[in-house]
Formats: sequence, structure tokens, C-alpha cells
Amino acid sequence: MIPDNDLPPLIDPFAEPPPGHVAGSRLERVLRAGKFAVTAELNPPDSANPEDVYDAARPLGEVVDAINSTDASGANCHMSSIGICSLLTRVGYGTVYQISCRDRNRIAIQGDVLGAAAMGVRNVLCLTGDGVGAGDQPGARPVFDFDSVSLLRAIRTMRDQGMFLSGRKITRPPRMFLGAAENPCNQPYQWRPDRLAKKIEAGADFIQTNYVYDMPLFEKFMARVRDMGLDEKVFILVGVGPIASAKAARWMRSNVPGIHIPDHVIDRVEKAPKQGEEGKRICIELIQQIREIKGVAGVHVMAYRREHLVSEIILESGVLKGRAATAGRRRHPQREE
Amino acid sequence: MYRVRLFSVRHARSLEWLYKRLENLMVALDPLFARIGYDRIEVPMAVVERGVKGLLFDCRMCGQCVLSSTGMSCPMNCPKQLRNGPCGGVRPGGYCEVKPWMKCVWCEAWEGSTRMQGGAKIHEVLPPVDRSLEGSSAWLRVSREKAGKLRESKDAARTAVAVAYPGARDNEPSSAPLAPEPPSAVNRMARR
Repeated sequence: MIPDNDLPPLIDPFAEPPPGHVAGSRLERVLRAGKFAVTAELNPPDSANPEDVYDAARPLGEVVDAINSTDASGANCHMSSIGICSLLTRVGYGTVYQISCRDRNRIAIQGDVLGAAAMGVRNVLCLTGDGVGAGDQPGARPVFDFDSVSLLRAIRTMRDQGMFLSGRKITRPPRMFLGAAENPCNQPYQWRPDRLAKKIEAGADFIQTNYVYDMPLFEKFMARVRDMGLDEKVFILVGVGPIASAKAARWMRSNVPGIHIPDHVIDRVEKAPKQGEEGKRICIELIQQIREIKGVAGVHVMAYRREHLVSEIILESGVLKGRAATAGRRRHPQREE
Repeated sequence: MYRVRLFSVRHARSLEWLYKRLENLMVALDPLFARIGYDRIEVPMAVVERGVKGLLFDCRMCGQCVLSSTGMSCPMNCPKQLRNGPCGGVRPGGYCEVKPWMKCVWCEAWEGSTRMQGGAKIHEVLPPVDRSLEGSSAWLRVSREKAGKLRESKDAARTAVAVAYPGARDNEPSSAPLAPEPPSAVNRMARR
């Protein structure tokens, strides 16, 4: 457990990270200390009210080590990831700033990374992003100037070499713990570990995977990952989430890109008297199974429209093993001196 | 054409062989190109290149050809134009997330690379595309780069990209070029 006085001040973008750390975020500290880390996704509001962000973060902060703020996931427009991260860091939460390559070019993204770092953001998750056609504004122009891998390398260059991709010097480089996604249960299965290796090569320090519902497939993936020695080079947080109902699961499977839910999981939910309860139970069981797999460093809970369940899921799964979560919340803006 | 493109990936090995010969030829011709002037041969060469690679690979003339690192499957045909794919949205059977009737360009790429001698190049991180080089000849760029063996450039941005993606430059010189560009090779698309 990390004592409170050991935590970095609310916003101190220039604080030296501890030895052996690249950013010194709470998530990085937990992972490097060998603890089983927990992160969760915050569903961004369709509103300009900061209270909506705080309301969404409150139940998560007590049970996770960092809150992920999605960047128009599924190409649906919501409050921006950088806006949410800025609000949350101001009151002391640990955040993961998600960047999708779909909507912004290299000029915008590199600038936003500096802006986020100045607001105290210390974790960033580099994503390619779903195609615009999956979202609520399919007529939008897709950008994809970077892909997730070249983006990782660009931010690592900003951090370690202290320069933009234009070669221009950055006087105070951003301290970022670099994350990437992986989708172990999606085709092409045989190349997924190789692409993971590429992401590590590009600069990834941690990985948050897409939903994992298919344990045999995931274990096969992890076996390959261990054979390649990748689990020694990167912290892998496995994505899980509660299924609301069999109908919702089927809809997700056919409408949200890259989601694989095996039939037997959906059948189990369908046959249960309370489908939502069963979905939650499956999620807890998955977390417990995932925790036992060698090479896994944590879990990432994505509970779209089921945020109220996150804290129960994490506490009932017992992954925190009695330690306090570190994403925290230490000050309310109104009470700030 | 989609079918020819798939054919090219199936025959990645012979095309790799052909490409190596072509590359050697282009590098050997560098003194001649330099004498004529790269600026003068840019347009005719780009026309030939567009014709040949358009037929074989559905080439989009990005000017920064990386086919030898992508199993002879052109990454510019990926709707997200990934240079390091595939993304997480691949559909069952290896089909594209955005164009479900099309085989994922990057599943093809990894498949194709297994057939190539230099297939391991696909493990190298490739830099983002320099959009100002679109429409120009990647072949001439390779001959300039390889013949010149430049290790640094006066252009800070080019040096920065080459430093950030060092392996890519070794494998695919045109993906992170350092040599000065002849005027006719830059911003061709914007001029249209």
C-alpha cells in the first residue's frame, strides 16, 4: 500500500519520478511495486458540467489505481478525454488519458500531450481508434495520421529525447507512462503477440487489453507472450466487463468493432433468472481466473452503463487483497485553499 | 484491383526477389539519374510507377513505399492507413472492420511476410507517412537514399523522424528519407 504522503502533489508536472520509473504516476508505482493493479473506464458525459465528471469518477476512485478517460470510443462524440483528465487531476485523481488516432493529426496530438502533462496527467493510452462508421457521426472525416504504434514512438521521443517529431526541442519534456491496447481474443490470433512486441518496441510501458471473455483463447495468447518474454517487458492489464443481458451482449458482438464473446457465455447469461446479476458474477469469476495467469499485472474494468457495479465487482473479486486503491480523490475544488 | 492485390500477397516471395533486383538497378542508376537531374525524371518515373504498382498492389502513391516490410500488401489500402497494423477491429475470418467485404490488409501483410526471406522486417516500427511526398516516386527516393548513404540531414524534421524510427529507415529508406527532395517530388497532390 502506498502511504498518502508518498503520493505526488496534485499537479506537479515536473516532479522527478522515483528511480526506475519513467513518470512516477500512481499506476506506475503500483505496477512496479509488483501489486496487482486495477484500472477502470469512466464513461464521459454528454454535458459541459464538471459535476457530471466528478459524479462518474467518485465511485471509481475508491477502488482503482487510475481512471481511464475514453476518447470518443466507438467513434461516438462525448466530452473530450483531455478535458476530463484535466478536471480529474485538479481534484487529485490518477488518470489514464486515452488518445485515439482517428480524430486528430500529429500536430494536435503532440500539443495535447504537452497540455495533458501540464495538467498533471501521467498515464497515456495510445489507440488507433474505431472507424468513424461505427459511431454517431459516420460522415466525419477519419484522420489516422498516426497509428497507435507510431504514436507510441512519437510520445516516447517527446519524453526521452525531449523533442517533437519535427526535431524542435521541448524545454520541459512530458513525463508519461506509456500505454497501448491489445485485443488478444480477436483475429488474427497468431499475430497478436507479435504486434504486442511491436508496441513494446515502440515504447509501451503498460498494456490494457480489450474485453476478454474467452479464457482458453486468452491463455493461449498469454502462453505465447510468456514464450516471447514479453510479460517481463510490459505490464499487462486485462480488460473485463459485466454483461448487462444476453441481448446487449449479442448487440455488442455484432455492432462494436473487435468484441468477441463466446456463445457459452451469452447462453449462461440468458438462462439466468437475473441476467444482470449473472453478468456481474461472470465478470468477477473472470477477474479471479485472470489473476492466476502468469504474466498478468492487473485488470482493467470497462463497465459501459454499468459503472455502479464496478466497485462491487472489484471488492467482491478480492483483487485488491485489502490494500487501498490509489486513484484516490484528495481535494474538492471548492475546498481548495 | 482487389484480386490482383491478393495474388501479389500470395506471390510475395517472387515479388520480393523482383523488388530486390529493381532496387539494385535503381541504386546503380543513381549517377545517371543525378546527371539527368532527379527533378526532371520525377514525373515520368512517377507515371510508370503508378501504372506498375497500381496494377499489382492497388498502390496509392504515398511516395514512401514499404511493401518489403508489409508482405507485399500495400498498407495504404487499409481504410485507417495503418503503417503498423492490424487494428483491434478485425472481423471473424480476417475481414476489415471498415470494409467488411475486404480481407484485412494487415492480416494479408503478416501472412505475406511469412513467405518472404526478409519477412522479419514486418516487426520493425514504421513512421507515419509524410503527406507532402504523396504522388511522388518512391523508387527514385530509394535510389537517392541508398546511393547517398546519408546519415543525417540539414532538415531537422527529417532527422528527427529518422532518429525516432531508426530500424524503419534501414529497412525502407523511403519511409524516413534524409536526402533533399527535388522540387517536383514535393506537394504534388496539393498542386493538382
